[in-house]
Amino acid sequence: MTVISARSLDLTFQTGDGAVHALSGISLDIAEGEFISFIGPSGCGKTTFLRCVAALEQPTGGSLTVNGMTPDEARQARAYGYVFQAAGLYPWRTIGRNVTLPLEIMGYPKAERRERMERVLRLVELDQFAGKYPWQLSGGMQQRASIARALAFDAPILLMDEPFGALDEIVRDRLNEELLSLWARTNKTMLFVTHSIPEAVYLSTRIVVMSPRPGRIADVIENPLPRERPLDIRDTPEFLAVAHRVREGLREGMAAA
Amino acid sequence: MTDTPLSAPGASVGRSGRVALRRLGAGLWPVLVVVAALIALWYLACIPMNAQGSLLEAERAEIAVTPPTAAERRDMGGLALTAANPTVAAAGAFAQDRPRLPAPHQVVAELIDSTIGLRLTSKRSLVFHAGITLGPTLLGFAIGSLAGILLAVGIVHSRVMDLSVMPWAIASQTIPILAIAPMIIVVLNSVGIQGLLPKAIISAYLSFFPVTVGMVKGLRAPAASDLDLMRTWNASTFRTLVSLRLPTSLPYLFASLKIAVAAALVGAIIGELPTGAVRGLGARLLAGSYYGQTIQIWSALFAAAIVAAALVALITGIERLTLRRMGLAR
Repeated sequence: MTVISARSLDLTFQTGDGAVHALSGISLDIAEGEFISFIGPSGCGKTTFLRCVAALEQPTGGSLTVNGMTPDEARQARAYGYVFQAAGLYPWRTIGRNVTLPLEIMGYPKAERRERMERVLRLVELDQFAGKYPWQLSGGMQQRASIARALAFDAPILLMDEPFGALDEIVRDRLNEELLSLWARTNKTMLFVTHSIPEAVYLSTRIVVMSPRPGRIADVIENPLPRERPLDIRDTPEFLAVAHRVREGLREGMAAA
Repeated sequence: MTDTPLSAPGASVGRSGRVALRRLGAGLWPVLVVVAALIALWYLACIPMNAQGSLLEAERAEIAVTPPTAAERRDMGGLALTAANPTVAAAGAFAQDRPRLPAPHQVVAELIDSTIGLRLTSKRSLVFHAGITLGPTLLGFAIGSLAGILLAVGIVHSRVMDLSVMPWAIASQTIPILAIAPMIIVVLNSVGIQGLLPKAIISAYLSFFPVTVGMVKGLRAPAASDLDLMRTWNASTFRTLVSLRLPTSLPYLFASLKIAVAAALVGAIIGELPTGAVRGLGARLLAGSYYGQTIQIWSALFAAAIVAAALVALITGIERLTLRRMGLAR
């Protein structure tokens, strides 16, 4: 079943230096339960596309539906959770109260807020830290808390904008592994923006390669790797072959620009 | 999970406390030197400032001074008189009854005499007068701060208010408070409002402005991504205000409140002047200037400064407690 459907999506920003063509002719269908990565150089529109899905930006042309609704209706129906590059936890709230904040806003009763908070913190293995403040946690733990917060209200779609971009390689590897197992358990539809080729290949069922000026889709690569992926799969010839295709796609996209 | 928390809460307090103490010790000397220099300068200034009086007393005590008569000295400056009679001017400068510039020890003696030296209910007690002035100060501070916060909330959420209210708020502060204070007193008096409230309103008039300016900045302080996050949860404007904008604005609020409370005290003192009040720090200043009691004026000024410093210190204490509890300051 198609969850997100984009048809010749266009977005032009009016800036002081004239028009910037951020997205041009984006057509893409994303099925339920897929893990889609968006990869490309800065300015290729991968974040902008995610923000359009989240109704944080308004496309200037084409059509975009989320769960069969307009993005804004989907936002009001709380169809997605959004994870930003910065964890964005409120320093005056404990980890637990940060996770319950969207639940408070959405009007969940107190007992259920608590029950859900405990469940998602267990999911990201932070259940011991509900009473701690964000500054008492490492960067990787903060980002896990922010993912727990996005999971708390059980939105069927998870939008992640370079969530691990600011973390070091070792922490990032482990979080990637955890994210995969989380996805396997929850079967959510994942849209994941990244700069990293190994990350994209390791995580996704499909990889959308984008290129800049104007932001457009250069290639969509099916990932033949099995869904069960230990970290050392990254040393197999199959993995390297997919990574090579992604790199080729990025190069061609740059050459055409 | 191999991650451990970066630090336990409060683990570094002991160390940073000692560091702060050492820093205080190192910073104490420059502060003392500056204070000593200021006091020395003050004493020095007393000599020419009080030269007229010193020479007059010396002449009455039949000590030779140049020029010999008061009429000749009247149009001479203090510096010229001091240059002509250095020893006489210096000898008489620090113990006059009504000096032009009282010496620091005279002010301190009067301060001590009129605070701990008197019953609190005495008409001369500065504690009594400070207490009288504190009432409208605190009430005006409360009204002004609340008004300032409400205006800022309106300005941040409404473009019309942003464009229409801010210029008036700025204009209101360009009117000298001395000009508008009597009008406020008279207008309120004509509708039967007297006593505490008119003075509090003058205080509020001075204290709302820094709160408005600070809170507009503070309410706009959340990062764009934090506001986006609220939007993804479909949070209402009110909810965003309560859960994000207000907590983020607190450091700005406290900075503004410190300015506002000092301004409120000035407002309350000014508010006492046009009514010819007989009670309050403003009344002490007024009475002192009527009767040429310079020592009384200076001690009332210092009492006002001490009250203002105490109020600011109180807010700083609350600020430190609140921000630490909220994890916004460490």
